[in-house]
Amino acid sequence: MSFNLRKDSKGVVVVGVDGQLIVGNRQELKQKVLEALEGGAKKFVIDFSRTGYIDSSGLGVLVSLSKKIREQGGDLRLAGLNEDLQTLFELTKLDTLFSILKTPEEAVAAF
Amino acid sequence: MATPSALRLVVRRRGREGQPLEFSLAVPSDLACVGDAVELVALQCRAGPLSGRRLAFNLRTALAEALTNAITYGSRRDPAKVVQVRVEVTVQAVVIRVQDVGDGFDPAAVPDPTVPANVAKEDGRGLFVLSHLVDQVTFNPKGNVICLTLRAG
Repeated sequence: MSFNLRKDSKGVVVVGVDGQLIVGNRQELKQKVLEALEGGAKKFVIDFSRTGYIDSSGLGVLVSLSKKIREQGGDLRLAGLNEDLQTLFELTKLDTLFSILKTPEEAVAAF
Repeated sequence: MATPSALRLVVRRRGREGQPLEFSLAVPSDLACVGDAVELVALQCRAGPLSGRRLAFNLRTALAEALTNAITYGSRRDPAKVVQVRVEVTVQAVVIRVQDVGDGFDPAAVPDPTVPANVAKEDGRGLFVLSHLVDQVTFNPKGNVICLTLRAG
């Protein structure tokens, strides 16, 4: 499990979540995104195209990061959710808190 | 980071083709162990009655939630305390029991994380998520053993 950060030409930071986002690795994601935020980045996309599962701790860290990014005048969007992950966001009503787009390319283009 | 060697797996019964039918796993109360414990259990259930999709998502997510709750609230994250996982695999279902050494809790007293006042909170979704991903959730009267049933399919 790992997180890959890349910055596109529009300055959007795309974070790929490889494997799972759970209680054991959520701090690593939080730290990486907050470092980028402190470095001046404002637009973030979390790409779940290669993610197997997310637990409630992982959902919690997304809520926390979204708040912090918005406080700095930025935005965090989600992309690449498979059907099960999409259902998880709908079930928890977190789909009402986040902008969720089909692909990371669409999410980047929407900024 | 935890290593799989920190986890103790015991296969108690095997099927005719050697597949595990009943096994237990002792998990140190360290949240860094959750991912490895989930993978070990899922691996042992490969030959079971669950579809690849339910094994990959429902079982993994639900077990991660149950272990996180047991370690956080039952063991108070004391690595010396062990959470016991016991799994039975039959043709009809996979049944997982997660037992901690804590005082238990009242699941009916857990707030609904989907009401407007709670949606934007960072935590409090574990039991809700878990209960929607398996076919049946039961607790012992004390509240320190949770039993998850995922039926075949």
